Amino acid sequence: MKSKSAFYIVVLILVLTGLGLAWLRHVNLDIPLVPGRTRPVWHIEARIDFVAEGEPVKVNLDLPGSPPGFAQVSEQAASTGYGFSIVDTPAGRRAEWTRRSARGDQTLYYKVQMIPETDAAKKSEVKQPPNPETVYWDPLQATAAHQLEEQAWEKSSTPISFARELIKQLTASEPDQNASLLLSQYPLPELLMRLLNHAGIAARVSMGLELQDARRYQSLKPILEVFDQDRWVPVDPRTGTHGLPENLLLWHRSGKSLLDVNGGSNSEIHFSMIRQTLPAMDLARLQFHEGGLSRLSLYSLPIEEQSVFKLLLLLPVGALIITFMRIVIGIRTSGTFMPVLIALSFLQTQLVQGIAAFVIIVALGLLLRGYLSRLNLLMVARISTLIVLVIFLTSMISVIGYELGVNLGLTITFFPMIIIAWTIERMSILWEEEGSREVLIQGLGSLSVAVLAYLCMRMPIVRHLTFNFPEIHLILLAGILTMGQYTGYKLTELKRFGVMRNNG
Amino acid sequence: MWIFPLPLRRLGFLGMNRRNVAYISRYNSRGRYPLVDDKLKTKLQAEKFHLATPRLRGVIRHQYEIETFAGMVEDLNGFAVKPSKGSGGKGILVIKERSSDLFVKSSGRSIDIHVVKRHLSNILAGLYSLAGTPDVAIIEDLIQPSEMFEKLSYEGVPDIRVIIFRGYPVMAMLRLSTRASDGKANLHKGAVGVGLDIATGRCLHAVQYSKRIIRHPDTGIDLNTIAIPDWKNLLELAARSYEITRLGYIGADLVVDKNAGPMLLELNARPGLSIQVANGAGLLPRLKKIEALDPDFSPRAKQRVEFAMKEF
Repeated sequence: MKSKSAFYIVVLILVLTGLGLAWLRHVNLDIPLVPGRTRPVWHIEARIDFVAEGEPVKVNLDLPGSPPGFAQVSEQAASTGYGFSIVDTPAGRRAEWTRRSARGDQTLYYKVQMIPETDAAKKSEVKQPPNPETVYWDPLQATAAHQLEEQAWEKSSTPISFARELIKQLTASEPDQNASLLLSQYPLPELLMRLLNHAGIAARVSMGLELQDARRYQSLKPILEVFDQDRWVPVDPRTGTHGLPENLLLWHRSGKSLLDVNGGSNSEIHFSMIRQTLPAMDLARLQFHEGGLSRLSLYSLPIEEQSVFKLLLLLPVGALIITFMRIVIGIRTSGTFMPVLIALSFLQTQLVQGIAAFVIIVALGLLLRGYLSRLNLLMVARISTLIVLVIFLTSMISVIGYELGVNLGLTITFFPMIIIAWTIERMSILWEEEGSREVLIQGLGSLSVAVLAYLCMRMPIVRHLTFNFPEIHLILLAGILTMGQYTGYKLTELKRFGVMRNNG
Repeated sequence: MWIFPLPLRRLGFLGMNRRNVAYISRYNSRGRYPLVDDKLKTKLQAEKFHLATPRLRGVIRHQYEIETFAGMVEDLNGFAVKPSKGSGGKGILVIKERSSDLFVKSSGRSIDIHVVKRHLSNILAGLYSLAGTPDVAIIEDLIQPSEMFEKLSYEGVPDIRVIIFRGYPVMAMLRLSTRASDGKANLHKGAVGVGLDIATGRCLHAVQYSKRIIRHPDTGIDLNTIAIPDWKNLLELAARSYEITRLGYIGADLVVDKNAGPMLLELNARPGLSIQVANGAGLLPRLKKIEALDPDFSPRAKQRVEFAMKEF
């Protein structure tokens, strides 16, 4: 059976393509796999104050490029009268405000949104190991430093543990003479950096921001970074613990100064921050870039079309359920895909109202159709008459429902009239040909399949996946194709042929 | 009562999915369906190939032709009016005899010509056609069942359904209407299905509502003694319906007339699966045996029947 295996290969390819594309989209675009997930976002605002002196002003601020542990969602600058641009320099990204002339107190704002990321370590890898900087001491300091280093060297094996030993000595409750001497001349972080570089280990002082919800007027804290193997490892200069604390955003790392103000004085920088939780979906949308996979997403369509597609993309789910119920279970429905359309209209009304309205209209329609059949009309005329009557019926029920204060009426108008008219027509032919029992069986069959399809199509996860991962439909397609090849017994046949049990 | 799939498979029962995929869609070409869905077409085709069918007395295609109906049946005592695209026996009017200006139905009730004309008008409007499309009415001779057949059934004429696969008769059953089935021969409406041995035409097994029975519920006839006379000719007639339709998998419905013998009543391109219950046996092993035959070798109907009688 060569064609059979080719068929299953096609099915397999469909499934794999569907899964693969969905996964790519999930990873690359950060679209969450389940709806309703939220992620924390930090809104951080840097405020720069200075006094301008009436000359051309140029303010230069170091920006966190891609700080470890965080991903930037968006950034804005708000400063009236200033030109603003972001420049990429070899030392990192810098914000630059410029103005021909200004006088008096000036305030500039830079805002950035950051989301915490888990896979941070990989991103901060450095290809080229930096060289330790040359450090100059006066002879007295050099001796003290040398002794401190020697003690620490003995007790350590790696750059990190070396730094930790140094910190122990320098932060002891009663530091020895060497430590006291050096501490009196340098602040702790800078001293550590000097000692480490002196000992041949690359180290630097970075500025970090401690993120705490709803804090204002925060300033940056110096953080020691020690180069170990292939990356910079932050080390707390007071406790010696290494690694990045959860809420620490490394804003300024090495390079030039944090803030340069030309044409102004008394410059100060403060930070305010708030933490928000946003639906992960919205965040993903914020992060969409031009081109690539996001091109393939339906978000590029106008909102109106999007809502149409949201409904349209649910149809394959209904089709899959119909296929299953008819081929594998063997439920009889009136009209092959009538139940999907009924389910679709339930989505627009509500389940209970929808069923009530459907049953009432079909029942009344059947009564009217009974009279119509006595008129000997031709089919097209008969169905057209039925459509007109169904529209009358729905409007009547809508009005009555409204008067009674039942919310059934207004939503009912969305019910597709032609579908109902056709259902009535088919049911009444069935009634004449097969009797009321068959009408009941098929009617209940249609309704129960419709309810099942409705329940599936209403599930938030289904709506989320079908719209955000349209490639999922390839998997549905594979399922439908596979069922189309199913030649086994239907469930209902096991009952129908149940009498053969004693013969087997 | 339910049965597990495995024992059902062991019995060789054909399921709906398998019938649709492996037999109907593989062996029946879509373009030939109208030939069997339209009784008039079937009839004309059968006449062309000299297959016995109830004699056609007239066709009414248009509303104005209804006026000619009286002349059409003037010298007929009994006749049947049928919609050409009807299904399941719907819309069939059987007139047994005439008394003065009235027509006597098979149930014994008399109706006048206006009721018959109205019925004809309903048929033309498509009231009984499957998709509700406009239809034509066929008027044909009444079948005169032989005495033996007459007493088998409650009202209605018994008919014999034979499944023909690639021209070979593979399974057969006799359908007897009952009071419960309202004179209809549909099994799901309560008609009795009697499985017939392809080799001999004798009763194998009889069921009503899927339950095994020994006697006809209304006439009390012992079903196990049934043996169809002239069985080989009947099978040959059924087998020849393959030549006229070229459909690989069909059900042929036949009746036996007192004078004319076996006649082809109608054909069905999607025959039901209840015949297996009536026979107490599955279709699959027989279908497979025929599928295994060389498709290039196409013997005549007579040889096909002989093959089937020997094998099944």
